[in-house]
Amino acid sequence: MTIRGETGRFGPFGGQYVAEVLMPVLSELEEAFAAVLEDEGFWDEYHRILREYVGRPNPLTFAANLTRMAGGCEIYLKREDLNHTGAHKINNTIGQVLLATRMGKKRVIAETGAGQHGVATATAAALFGCQCAVFMGEEDVRRQAPNVERMRLLGAEVVPVTSGSRTLKDAMNEAMRHWVSHVDNTFYVIGSAAGPHPYPVMVREFQRVIGDEIKAQSLERFGKLPDCVLACIGGGSNAIGAFASFLDDEVKLVAVEASGEGLETGRHAAAIAGGQVGVLHGQKSYLLQDCNGQVLEAHSISAGLDYPGVGPQIAELARTGRIEVLTATDEDALAGFHLLTRTEGIIPALESAHALARAVDVAKTLPKEAKLVVNLSGRGDKDLATVLAFEKKGGAA
Amino acid sequence: MNRLEKRLREKRAAGGKILLPFLTGGYPDMETFIGLLLELERVGADGVEVGLPFSDPAADGPVIQASSQVAIERGASLTSIFEAVATARSRGLTIPLLYMTYYNPVFHLGAEEFSKCAVKSGADGVLVVDLPPEEAAEFAPAAREAGLDTIFLVAPTTPEERMDKVTRESSGFLYCVSVTGVTGEKKPVVEMVGDLVKRIRPHTDLPVLIGFGVSTGEGAAELAKVSDGVIVGSALLSSLGDERGDEAVKRGGDFIAGIRKALD
Ligand SMILES: Cc1ncc(COP(=O)(O)O)c(C=O)c1O
Repeated sequence: MTIRGETGRFGPFGGQYVAEVLMPVLSELEEAFAAVLEDEGFWDEYHRILREYVGRPNPLTFAANLTRMAGGCEIYLKREDLNHTGAHKINNTIGQVLLATRMGKKRVIAETGAGQHGVATATAAALFGCQCAVFMGEEDVRRQAPNVERMRLLGAEVVPVTSGSRTLKDAMNEAMRHWVSHVDNTFYVIGSAAGPHPYPVMVREFQRVIGDEIKAQSLERFGKLPDCVLACIGGGSNAIGAFASFLDDEVKLVAVEASGEGLETGRHAAAIAGGQVGVLHGQKSYLLQDCNGQVLEAHSISAGLDYPGVGPQIAELARTGRIEVLTATDEDALAGFHLLTRTEGIIPALESAHALARAVDVAKTLPKEAKLVVNLSGRGDKDLATVLAFEKKGGAA
Repeated sequence: MNRLEKRLREKRAAGGKILLPFLTGGYPDMETFIGLLLELERVGADGVEVGLPFSDPAADGPVIQASSQVAIERGASLTSIFEAVATARSRGLTIPLLYMTYYNPVFHLGAEEFSKCAVKSGADGVLVVDLPPEEAAEFAPAAREAGLDTIFLVAPTTPEERMDKVTRESSGFLYCVSVTGVTGEKKPVVEMVGDLVKRIRPHTDLPVLIGFGVSTGEGAAELAKVSDGVIVGSALLSSLGDERGDEAVKRGGDFIAGIRKALD
């Protein structure tokens, strides 16, 4: 089964590396998604909700002060931080939970690291009247307490995961285990453009609204496409969402991975820059692993980038050179965080701060009149405690 | 036909029920693991499945997860487990043995290299849990070429139209997953498993073994009635408690001896 001709393979990446129990479940999902792709009624409702509930389209903001400070080309911000719940994650959860209800599933589950995807799933579940359980590593439950409370307020059950490294990858393992045991009534809402086919395709389609809006807003405002679009990558959903509309255009696309305490320290989350091809969570892609093929824990100051893999389409775009991949350390991200806060009065998510840190450099390499769009994937309220703790310690997340 | 499939077919032809215990390689430690392999043969196991521990065992329940983590922490790796199995063979292990693992460690080593090393260690088959037939092309042919049987799973969710796809890639035996779930958690319902085995039979004459959630002699005997035998993993590992060394070997042996008795 394919989805508009897509098989879920992106060059050597992607696939469906899952236990037999899930294969028929993935086929069912694939069929359901392929059907709604052609169903105008579905997309009308999806876009109505994005408009009336999420607050789309969100603006493309000219960052005049940041531009001046950087001393390069014009920098614009795609304001995903202004979405309801404060990040791009809601675009995807509205789509998937709407699909779940179409499939007659009254119960949704999700994995979460920073808690942003968990909150977005719990929100969509509340909106559509579904039951919701969110799997979250015990370590992240501790690090992201405010989001745990938000999920509980929204009616979701937060399940602390105590296996493995107790972070996002283990939450995803546990969500998959739970899904396997409850396949008949449960829909698994994956939070990034990663996992077994059809998730990378499906999540991209639910996030492509970001790039579609950037394109329309650029044409209206500049009378042309932007020269460069830049985004951070954890699993890759905000990046592929921002890039999807521009893959066949002459637009420079830049993705920024989290290099934590530095690539050379081994304590980072840069799967492309510092990993090797491997298989985890149903997909083949770049993966942080040791010499025995055991998956390594990722390290980043931002819980949302703290994942040892990356989605398969982003991996292939990197392999073929269609996108440029840069890295930003914890310190770079903190600098980006403060820079935007002070220059523009916008507190960015630490994830997005990685993109901002490199945007300033990239801007310098482009002509003054060029237009660079940074995907501001989320707002930073959730990160205040992390930032303060980091600064008190004088380093080391 | 290699040793695994041959022995299992012989057992079935003789009217016996197949008992295939599962051990996590290197658990609770390497020396105890070797002792357990030999003890399982002594108490009547027809073969043994050895888990090559992976950091992210997404298809396994808490018992196998925990044993995998302990084994890795105590230094178990593909290389050291291969060596341990070779040692067990040199000390007289003759029953067929297969490796069960996840795809990343296999892919990381390379399909051909993995298969060569597995055969050299004395293994007869391999089951990669997260490698369905659709993804098996870059591995299964290399494994068979090296002389390994390739075991695949059929689950309660497997529809009729997938049965041939799975059985076509299978040799050795067919692994029938008794429940929609992870290892060791849910209790299988005998009638439902029986129906699943009946659905499998027209597609293959390979022995059909039932695994996931087999934990007592009584349960094993019930499930063996509707199939050719059972695979016992989590319950065996649990029976070891926190023991290591001789006491662990004795406990594992007693547990499997009990299941053997119930099956015969
Ligand atoms: C604000 C924000 N940006 C980015 C990410 C990274 O995810 P992805 O790469 O899928 O966009 C997250 C994940 O939690 C996030 O919360």
